[in-house]
Amino acid sequence: MDFSTLIQILDSTLRMATPLLLACLAGLFSERSGIFDIGLEAKMLISAFFSAAVAYETGSVWLGLLAGIGSSLVFAAIHGVASITFRGNQLISGVALNFLAAGMTVLIAQNWFQQGGRTPSLMGGARFEPLTLPFADSLAAVPIFGPLYAELLSGHSILVYVALLAVPASWWVLFRTRFGLRLRAVGENPAAVDTAGVSVVALRYSAVAIAGLLCGIAGAYMSTGLGAGFVKDMTAGRGYIALAALIFAKWRPWYALSACLLFGLLQALALRTDVVARIFPFEMPVQLLDSLPYILTVVILAGFVGKAIPPRAGGTPYVKER
Amino acid sequence: MKDLADNSGQPSGAMPDAPPAIELRGISKAFGPVQANKDISLSVAKGAIHGIIGENGAGKSTLMSILYGFYKADAGEILINGAPTDIPDSQAAIAAGIGMVFQHFKLVENFSVLENVVLGAEDGALLRTTMSKARKHLTEIAEEYEMNVDPDALIEEIGVGMQQRVEILKSLYRHADILILDEPTGVLTPAEADHLFRILRGLKDEGKTIILITHKLREIMEVTDTVSVMRRGEMTATVKTAETSPEELAELMVGRKVLLRVDKKPAQPGETILKVSDLRVVDDDNVERLKGVSLQVRAGEILGIAGVAGNGQSELLNVLGGITRATGSVQVNGQEIDLTGKHSDGRSRRERGISHVPEDRQRAGLIMDFSAWENIVFGYQWDPACNNGMLMDNDGIRRETAGKMERFDVRPPDCYLAAKSFSGGNQQKIVLAREIERNPDLLLVGQPTRGVDIGAIEFIHQRIIELRDAGKAILLVSVELDEIMGLSDRIAVMFDGRIMGERLPGETDERELGLLMAGVTSGEGAA
Repeated sequence: MDFSTLIQILDSTLRMATPLLLACLAGLFSERSGIFDIGLEAKMLISAFFSAAVAYETGSVWLGLLAGIGSSLVFAAIHGVASITFRGNQLISGVALNFLAAGMTVLIAQNWFQQGGRTPSLMGGARFEPLTLPFADSLAAVPIFGPLYAELLSGHSILVYVALLAVPASWWVLFRTRFGLRLRAVGENPAAVDTAGVSVVALRYSAVAIAGLLCGIAGAYMSTGLGAGFVKDMTAGRGYIALAALIFAKWRPWYALSACLLFGLLQALALRTDVVARIFPFEMPVQLLDSLPYILTVVILAGFVGKAIPPRAGGTPYVKER
Repeated sequence: MKDLADNSGQPSGAMPDAPPAIELRGISKAFGPVQANKDISLSVAKGAIHGIIGENGAGKSTLMSILYGFYKADAGEILINGAPTDIPDSQAAIAAGIGMVFQHFKLVENFSVLENVVLGAEDGALLRTTMSKARKHLTEIAEEYEMNVDPDALIEEIGVGMQQRVEILKSLYRHADILILDEPTGVLTPAEADHLFRILRGLKDEGKTIILITHKLREIMEVTDTVSVMRRGEMTATVKTAETSPEELAELMVGRKVLLRVDKKPAQPGETILKVSDLRVVDDDNVERLKGVSLQVRAGEILGIAGVAGNGQSELLNVLGGITRATGSVQVNGQEIDLTGKHSDGRSRRERGISHVPEDRQRAGLIMDFSAWENIVFGYQWDPACNNGMLMDNDGIRRETAGKMERFDVRPPDCYLAAKSFSGGNQQKIVLAREIERNPDLLLVGQPTRGVDIGAIEFIHQRIIELRDAGKAILLVSVELDEIMGLSDRIAVMFDGRIMGERLPGETDERELGLLMAGVTSGEGAA
């Protein structure tokens, strides 16, 4: 495998990892506050559809992004009302949203565009175009570093950089701010937060809203950056993979980055069967390659990867003690 | 009430002219038809340690929850330092200078001490400045009141005594002048409790007002200046501690004369019923919980196991009760019983004449959603006496249950009522009725009176003594030293999975037992 192929695969890894990373960070905020969010998938999917649809209708990808985030926030709000205000079962609420999103997107798409449950292909300003980072062209000639910068780092849509910057930002918010301290506390022991005179409900709603925002960006990237339009079930279980990555990452932002890059690499390899064929002496079926991220998910969820301790109050609605 | 505020026992730190730190006027609170607090008036002088004593369900916790803003009173007025104060939420309580140390600590386990202290009282949106300031402030308070804590230690890695100090520091950090402690000594060793009382006296000398909620008469007598007694939602009396006695307080709490000392004849031990040798248990995390325990219990004798919770007592009960696997040897009536394999379960134990009253009655002793009659047959449902051929003899069981409930004075005597609808004391009586009426050779009892009110404690103790007098062997595990001292014919102290030593109740005192419980051997007699 030559250097340029490696760069290509890593480049593809970065793009595949982006929606996973955003969703994983979304799950991180939500679960750190004690709200399990199995509906990451739903929020990505609904956002993917609305950003593509609005971007197509208006011709502006930015309006599309806003619409995607908006729809994702609506889903987050439903999850919040069900699991925080009405203290419902968080898993059930998430599963319900997943079904709702899967059905609703196709139904509305068919009714709206009559193209078999997809949106028309997006072009021009309705898509996120690759950004060229400063000096990319002039540095391209420098050996090793040049291609790394010009081809691997440069030339992605802005949302990729947003996702990458979201990692240090999340770390900073969680571990360096008052909000982060309270958020981590409310996922561990809401009673401690409550007796300290801080609202458990407000904290959890803000965490769920942050999850909505991040999933919204992830969904918009799927349909307007990575792809060019919405396709039925286009998230393809990424919400669940993000959850597995979250467990793998032990609910920490930097670990989340590594975990998502690993999953991204597996997805990128599945796209490059020619490379895989050259690495392995035997023929690797494409189906097996495609299913690798999911197999890894199962392995992680089955607990083969070390001991991960989730936030202690996760999944349990907070009821004030007498 | 008023005159009491003016000369409330003249505690050393009290200021006679200052308005009372807390004054409650006519506080009432009802939950549906249950009147939890009825027209309660209370006045606590500034700089005093005031005790509030009462049985479970007397309304102590409700009253304190109102003071801390968890509940809104239906009627009444709260005055803090003479000024009427509205306390709609915990934030307002903190602002009014009230700090609360709950029975179950409100700490984030995987946070450091410093983070827990700061939580909710941060200086700004960023932690960096808050933390360095807080560290300095915390060190100052800790030194002032002699509470040494490492600000960077994680809560899950420090002991309960230390955790409690963190709770107190949390309140002091928020400039609390009034400190409320709810059952603070439940989880402490006698030595730790003494330390706590020293801290409280130190706080009092600094002019802080302290309210101590407890059901332990000894603590009230030891540390408070004044004491209020609550019964059935009402404040029945407020007296100066120096002018009362435990007997009087107990009578005020229960509403009738109570026997504080357990009345029992000397034991007449017969042959050895239980013989345990070199019992070892390794838990799932590969930690050795029992490290070679040996003991004997004879017929007609109560062996009390003292110790701070978590030193292997639970494992000992669970092995003998057939819940946990172990290595070593256990003989009952001279016959070896299986410690592993399929004959090491609860049913096999029961067939060998061992009855088990588990430590946690709500989790291991009862199914809370099931009715009393169903609960009373659990563990014995295979017994032909409970069955008609293939089917359960439900009518028969219910008749049987009615009799047991009557003999054990379970109130209300309704065998259809779900276990969770009974009070703690009555739940325990249901479990005891089930196990004692099987007429076992050996009764294992864990924490028989935890969360049980004084009246029921008396009854339960009498039943255990009766069983002993009937020539049965009893192994009693309790974290309440009073109970161990009162009931046992011999006392074994456990520490870190070992028996530290055996004592006779007449020849030892709480000090010596307390040292053994903390792992300090006095040189002789250690096993």
